[in-house]
Amino acid sequence: MSLILRTATRFLLPLLLLFSLFLLLRGHNSPGGGFVGGLVAAAAFALYALAFDVAAARQLLRIDPRQLIAVGLLVALASGMVAWLAREPFMTGQWSYITVLGIGPVPLGTPLIFDLGVYLVVVGVMLTIILSLAEE
Amino acid sequence: MNVLLVLPILIPLVTAVAALLAWRWRRVQRWMSVLGATALLFVALRLLTSVWRDGIQAVQMGSWPAPFGITVVADLFSAIMVALAGVMGFAVAIYSLSSMDAERESFGYYPLLHILLMGVCGAFLTGDMFNLYVWFEVMLMASFVLLVLGGERAQMEGAIKYVTLNLMSSALFLAAVGILYGMAGTLNMADLAEKLKNVHHPGLVTTLSMLFLIAFGIKAAVFPLFFWLPASYHTPPVAVSAIFAGLLTKVGVYALIRVFTLLFVHDVGYTHRLILVVAGLTMITGVLGAVAQNEFRRILSFHIVSQIGYMIMGLGLFTPLALAGSIFYIIHHIIVKTNLFLVSGVVHRLCGTYELKKLGGLYQVYPGLAILFMIPALSLAGLPPLSGFWAKLTLVQAGLEIQQYEIVAVALAVGMLTLFSMIKIWTEAFWKPSTLNPQPSDNRRRVLNLLFPIVLLALLTVAIGLVAQPFFALAERAADQLINPEAYIRAVLAGTS
Amino acid sequence: METILAVVIGALYATGIYMMLRRSLVKLIIGLGLLSNGANLLIFTVGRLTRARAPFIPEGAETLTPPYADPLPQALILTAIVISFGVLGFAVVLFHRAYQTVGTDDLDEMKATDT
Repeated sequence: MSLILRTATRFLLPLLLLFSLFLLLRGHNSPGGGFVGGLVAAAAFALYALAFDVAAARQLLRIDPRQLIAVGLLVALASGMVAWLAREPFMTGQWSYITVLGIGPVPLGTPLIFDLGVYLVVVGVMLTIILSLAEE
Repeated sequence: MNVLLVLPILIPLVTAVAALLAWRWRRVQRWMSVLGATALLFVALRLLTSVWRDGIQAVQMGSWPAPFGITVVADLFSAIMVALAGVMGFAVAIYSLSSMDAERESFGYYPLLHILLMGVCGAFLTGDMFNLYVWFEVMLMASFVLLVLGGERAQMEGAIKYVTLNLMSSALFLAAVGILYGMAGTLNMADLAEKLKNVHHPGLVTTLSMLFLIAFGIKAAVFPLFFWLPASYHTPPVAVSAIFAGLLTKVGVYALIRVFTLLFVHDVGYTHRLILVVAGLTMITGVLGAVAQNEFRRILSFHIVSQIGYMIMGLGLFTPLALAGSIFYIIHHIIVKTNLFLVSGVVHRLCGTYELKKLGGLYQVYPGLAILFMIPALSLAGLPPLSGFWAKLTLVQAGLEIQQYEIVAVALAVGMLTLFSMIKIWTEAFWKPSTLNPQPSDNRRRVLNLLFPIVLLALLTVAIGLVAQPFFALAERAADQLINPEAYIRAVLAGTS
Repeated sequence: METILAVVIGALYATGIYMMLRRSLVKLIIGLGLLSNGANLLIFTVGRLTRARAPFIPEGAETLTPPYADPLPQALILTAIVISFGVLGFAVVLFHRAYQTVGTDDLDEMKATDT
């Protein structure tokens, strides 16, 4: 692939990943969320696979995308089960507030953890499809 | 809070995830699969007893109140279906241990099997039309991949028809759900049952019900929409065929029974009359297709179609007794049909073919296997004292009660033809002398894995036949809940608003 | 607006079904895609088209103030799009494999498993 794409990708990859995290975190009340964030992150790795090659992208990812699906499902599942500890129906949101210096109390809840699970599943599914199609 | 209701969905999911994490270790995956299936069976039976004892149960996901949130609800009908899914999952998980080849196992057979079970249980337990659609898709995705896993030519050709027609049905279902929302402003089934009573255009509701009839009719493989089934069910490995035969079309039947008892009961004279006609035609075409076939699994595939007719027949008659007959028939059919497919797999293992012409002489070498085939086969045909006899008897009685003699005549004639084609398999595969010398190539433990589920399901068939009363009482009470949906509606909408 | 959308939906369904009735696998999948898009647009249209505020309850109020748009059809469509994306993705891979194993994309050549 071209030198321009490769150089640009080196800069774009961390930016895209950061942006995907930003989307994930703002998703509760504004446009964004785990699904979109996951798509952006997957797109970042897909771009890397285009600029270099699939093996390099896999190496960068370190973990098999299939495992990401499993881990993501587990995270989402666990976030739903937290409600059982409070003796409430599955998936009921549980919230706690953490005071961060300079910002004040930040709400932290199971919906975010669920979104994180979605994020991982989306990255895993997309990369499983893209990378295995690209390898063919 | 009721954890029991969600567990039939969560257990298969956890099992699938665990098997996915153990991607490289096939042995671990196998154990996970059996463990998960056993847990599902246990929980499903607990749910059934709990619903029997305490009545209909509902739980709102995320504590969002009923017409807005996602409702999971189990009445007796749902609980029976989940219990059957548990039994089938268990039987097929054990059967797979010896029958699934290493290649398919290492390409994710076990995770897919459990995702399929999750989709099936989710479809049985959801109380919301759109979620029903989502669960259908979960189930379909898993079934698509299971169907083509292995990538043989026949599998591909079968899968193209299966995938296309099922996607077509999904698109229709989705459109119907959209229109339903536009009309009633809600998708919660209990809420819909209330709201549809005072919709401005009753004619529109009937039209919409036809859209649902077509969408679910494709999934349930009723006449004239069944062509994908005999074209695809005989192509995958037998364990996959067996779980498809047992559960997938029955989800379509479940959805039909659910919407045509809860939502679309305004114009019974038209809609249910039509269902009755469809039921009769389904029985006839299915069984005639089966009579014309000469391959073990193709005969069984066509029989699924004809048996679906019986299940729909009870819905078409729409009396409490008829619905009880339908539910009893579903219980009997799932067990028997899965078992016949499992037997066909053993026959294939011994002789290397499904072609009846090439088979033969199995009775001399394996009389035990012949008897294990005879039990579900005769039950399917409806011979006393096996489970199929009581199922057919109930439906026939229900038909006579309201003077629907034509459908009763069809049901009885189709029963005879079913017997004929079962006898055909018997004489060709088991009785006819043959030069073929079946050679067992497996060790004892593998054979045990194959035979245990078959014996278990055969025993269940005999048990339902000999002690039919408790099972019939179960079906009767489930039918009563379907005919009088007030309790269902109250259970879902209670404690909200 | 409803009329225009109704015509568009009808056209999508018609072209989708026409494509599905052709003999080629590729056209079959295009037809499936058009059909599911038609269904999505149908949900959008029958879910009432309203020009109104987003359904947020203002600070201090207890309920929504009337002219507001119903967000549910969009949510349904979004879910349906994601699902049909996954399913169509699978179908593309399947048809590609089928083309490789059977050696043709003519559906008339794939009748071995019928009857």
